[in-house]
Amino acid sequence: MKNFTQKTIEKYHHDKTRLMDILIAIQSESGHISPENVTQIANELNMSEVDVEQTISFYHFFSMKPTGKYSIYLNNSVVANMMGRADTAAAFEKEAGITFGEVTPDGLIGLFETACIGMNDQEPAAIINNRIFTRLTSFRAKEIIRDIKDGKKIEEMFSASFGDGANRNNLVKSVVTNNIRKIGPVLDPDYKVGEAIRKIIRMKPEEVISEVKHSNLRGRGGAGFPTGLKWEFCRNAIGKKKYIFCNADEGEPGTFKDRVILTELPRLLIEGMAVAAYTVEASEGILYIRYEYKYLEEYLEKILEEARMKNYLGKDIMGKKGFNFDIRIQFGAGAYVCGEESALIESAEGKRGEPRDRPPFPVEKGYLGMPTVVNNVETLCSVVKVMLNGGDWYRSFGTSESTGTKLLSISGDCRNPGVYEVSWGFSVHDMLEMVGTTGNVQAVQVGGPSGSLIGSDEFNRTLGYEDLATGGSLIIFGEKRDLLNDVVVNFMDFFIEESCGSCSTCRILPNVLKKKLEKILEGRGVEQDITDIETWGKFLKASRCGLGQTAANPILTSIKNFRHLYESKVQTRKEYDTGFDLQQAVKEACEASGREPNI
Amino acid sequence: MNQIVKITIDGVECMATKGQYITDAAKENGIYIPTLCNYEGVKPRGSCRICTVKVNGRLMTACTTPVSENMEIENNADEIQELREAIIELLFIEGNHFCPACEKSGSCELQALAYRFHMMVPRFPYSFPQQEIDATNPKLVKDQNRCILCKRCIRAIKDEKGRSVFAYKRRSRHVEISIDPKIGKSLSDEMAQQAMDVCPVGALLVRERGFVVPIGERKYDNEPIGSDIEKLKE
Repeated sequence: MKNFTQKTIEKYHHDKTRLMDILIAIQSESGHISPENVTQIANELNMSEVDVEQTISFYHFFSMKPTGKYSIYLNNSVVANMMGRADTAAAFEKEAGITFGEVTPDGLIGLFETACIGMNDQEPAAIINNRIFTRLTSFRAKEIIRDIKDGKKIEEMFSASFGDGANRNNLVKSVVTNNIRKIGPVLDPDYKVGEAIRKIIRMKPEEVISEVKHSNLRGRGGAGFPTGLKWEFCRNAIGKKKYIFCNADEGEPGTFKDRVILTELPRLLIEGMAVAAYTVEASEGILYIRYEYKYLEEYLEKILEEARMKNYLGKDIMGKKGFNFDIRIQFGAGAYVCGEESALIESAEGKRGEPRDRPPFPVEKGYLGMPTVVNNVETLCSVVKVMLNGGDWYRSFGTSESTGTKLLSISGDCRNPGVYEVSWGFSVHDMLEMVGTTGNVQAVQVGGPSGSLIGSDEFNRTLGYEDLATGGSLIIFGEKRDLLNDVVVNFMDFFIEESCGSCSTCRILPNVLKKKLEKILEGRGVEQDITDIETWGKFLKASRCGLGQTAANPILTSIKNFRHLYESKVQTRKEYDTGFDLQQAVKEACEASGREPNI
Repeated sequence: MNQIVKITIDGVECMATKGQYITDAAKENGIYIPTLCNYEGVKPRGSCRICTVKVNGRLMTACTTPVSENMEIENNADEIQELREAIIELLFIEGNHFCPACEKSGSCELQALAYRFHMMVPRFPYSFPQQEIDATNPKLVKDQNRCILCKRCIRAIKDEKGRSVFAYKRRSRHVEISIDPKIGKSLSDEMAQQAMDVCPVGALLVRERGFVVPIGERKYDNEPIGSDIEKLKE
């Protein structure tokens, strides 16, 4: 192991900004990063041990304790639960003889929980040694554990045929299915790779910017910043070197559209990054992918290699003198907050994924202090189509403020979960009809947990920056679902665990709010508790990043739109309740002393 | 060449040097913006959020935001004051802060801010976390009960090779400060003292020394935090 660590460190030239890659390699090789590894890395990279550990301990998929020869990470998202996760989880525990968070005494199997892994359309799903297992049942869980005990390799453990499209590719061989249900301009498979590059290299970068601006394309990650403007800022910024980042860290529970693009249209994405690079004069690109999608690594490396062979990447691209650009893949290691662009950059520099203070913005001072554009996967794909067909054509889709199309990741209580490309301005009601629902729909979570939970009286609202802005995660809840206990609590737990811990507000307040919620759910709440949540939730707006600012949204938007659910649970004849059970609190002491409480 | 810009703080026109952080510009104009994680001479981090002000209508941290021409800053708005009170209370309920028994009482910035903002009792329920005291370092004792995770020690104290002595560990509400087991062992007395001085609360204490300055003569015993800045105005 010492040798492996040494070789890995040398492979990355003792560069501490590549700490993530070094740690990922060691974690994959031996299932954990030992204290000896930490000492060795610290010495070789001239860092202190606590500095190495602060990065390790930040990420969910790094562990300093062994995680088992087979590490099973079972998704615990809301939709996984809705699709029967409980039985699967119980079967895993029973068959392996351990509970979640443990490793079997022989070190063979580790069972762990993990937040949404981007498979909401085929839950319950798990990651086992970087491979994905979907549509799990208690039966499959038993089979898997038995296969492990029989010494089977991961590849021998798939019982179904591989998924569709590139999921069948020899380098992927995954049971994941794409579930592409509606194709639009971005997902259109009828597209010639390289056409956009060929076209733009005959244009001036300023002309490209002006076309992108004309298209009115805005960031598809959710925040909606105008893409052309972002590129212009970066182009005008001063720096020795510039970088293009593709943000493929889609971590918003319920979203999986980038998974589908990475699987089916990676060439389109690479071309989009090249277009961006030409425009801002960037020479290096980093495709930052969430760890959950590591099963696509070899395949994507091959596609990149192929792009280099065809000179879509490399030196003097497509014969354009001085247009040099290449891309490397950077994997994350399990941290939702890294989807925030400055946290993503920090992570790519080998550090904890803590968002930066802004200003300065990444376009001025980003990766390694250089001007950096960070664009969403879908944004970069859209840009290629904009450049091929023109801004006017692009504006013919969608609304005046939200031009073009949007990829939606739809899951939950519906007949056809999957990826749908629709024009902006699509109503929630139409969306429900499109995916096919059975029974009454109680609520839709628009934009994932950081978005809003809306009820049927708002289903006439439309998706778009002017109304319901969304990164595309839509989760449908049928009438039988317990919104507070099963949805809101789960989402709050998610935000509480995913906070980077830097801002006082986001580190402390969500947990305070969740405790209030629990008090209400236990029947000890009063009206004041509801208003307290509303008042206190506002303090989160002072947090540095979007995660912190929206961390109370699951509670706040459900109070706003489903207030009756809260009111039905609070005590009506009481104005105050401490929520403190004195009898319970002194029970143990009373038992020990053999006395009755004198209350 | 330093460029002078005009800004307003709560409607009062002020002069500032372009690029200067809002907290520093305010200070030079005799206006106190409370800070906690900020420390002179160390790169600001904006993690406690107490210096939050409204800049042209948007919430920003004054310690990390540079001033620019015609910036309109709101420091005394009710909304801002309420937010600051809430943040102070949150920091109290997050840990276990028993002022009377703390070596830092009287020179603790968290305590001083609580006095300045007239905190009686936090509106939020206490969380009473189980926290450890780390006494493995030969020079320092770290009491996680009192730590407010401001990162001052992380940012201010480095060894001669520029390596960190202190670092964050874990994330979210599980975050804590750790002292490097190796580098931490070779801390000089001066550095240990510096670490204790940098800490705004009583989370880092130099061993075998206590109450050198008696209660009653400590920094904030006789006047509220920020008074020195506000005196500049008079």
